[in-house]
Amino acid sequence: MCDSCGCSQPENSVTITRVGQARPGPGAAESHHHPPQGQGRLVEVREAVLGKNDGIAAHNRDFFRQRRVVALNLVSSPGSGKTTILERTIRELRGEIPMAVIEGDQQTMLDAERIEATGVPVVQVNTGAGCHLDADMVHQALHQLDLAANSLLFIENVGNLVCPAMFDLGEAAKVVIISVTEGEDKPLKYPAMFDAASLCLINKTDLLPHVDFDVARCREYALRVNHHLEFFEISARTGEGMPGWLDWLRSQI
Amino acid sequence: MHEMSLAINIVELVSEKAQAAGARKVMAIELEVGRLSGLMVEALAFCFEAVARDTLAEGAELLIRELDGLGNCLTCGHAFALDSLLAQCPQCGGYAVETVQGRELKVLSLTIDE
Repeated sequence: MCDSCGCSQPENSVTITRVGQARPGPGAAESHHHPPQGQGRLVEVREAVLGKNDGIAAHNRDFFRQRRVVALNLVSSPGSGKTTILERTIRELRGEIPMAVIEGDQQTMLDAERIEATGVPVVQVNTGAGCHLDADMVHQALHQLDLAANSLLFIENVGNLVCPAMFDLGEAAKVVIISVTEGEDKPLKYPAMFDAASLCLINKTDLLPHVDFDVARCREYALRVNHHLEFFEISARTGEGMPGWLDWLRSQI
Repeated sequence: MHEMSLAINIVELVSEKAQAAGARKVMAIELEVGRLSGLMVEALAFCFEAVARDTLAEGAELLIRELDGLGNCLTCGHAFALDSLLAQCPQCGGYAVETVQGRELKVLSLTIDE
């Protein structure tokens, strides 16, 4: 197909070699690769690729525990209504529970401006080309926030149903949001995120009469991926179903 | 494209270890990649090439050791090979499956030129 562009013969490209399967457990070291004699020296590493991120996430988690802050990492596709859910949630709980927000987006301050209008402290993190927040971005943002004890911290991740699943931020739980204008088969198509989450909000239920979204099927698919998942069906626009979600938040403090 | 972040993490970890070991150059990086880890090896190689430029890891070969997924059915106790996070127990048909292997993502070793 590509005779002209040269993609089949990349210049200076990285060599990938698939070697024999690694075995877990104590015997694994014996299955190590050994360079041919005289061709370099082997240095053992055996460290997780995301070890540095996980270390900073653990530091964030300790900080939250000491301050008694419940941090929730909100993840979803773009346009599921994360910011609208936050605006409504903050309006409903204001005066009852102290709250703060870290907003993650590739560009703009738009979401932070919306949250700021609700009167709670907010820090915007722009990831530039990055497709997800990482633990260090959250750590830096925490230095700009004065979090109250026994409070809620909402971390709104970049709208992306794939990459944020891999990066621990130090949160108490990931909350995955799916809106009824999306396909009910999203949990099957993007299982990693539903697997990583503890709670699922099904948003925009006020639109159910106008779309073909089958809520029961969506729940069934999500439970196939993660049998621990809990659900709330809400409309952040009309407020329908919000009391269940708000009670869940109160129970986390 | 989280492979870009993963490539950056790999190059940082590898550069640190290589420097500590007094390497002039990293010739090979041995990675353990669980089949359920969400990493696409080809996408990683593409990003790695860009990220490793002008570091000790430039030009290093990636040795990939893939680790199969293994699941344990929480309903009937059956242990079986998992090829996705959506697997169903072949014995009882249940979906309550605990992943016991396959999410790993590790740098196992480096081969360095001193």
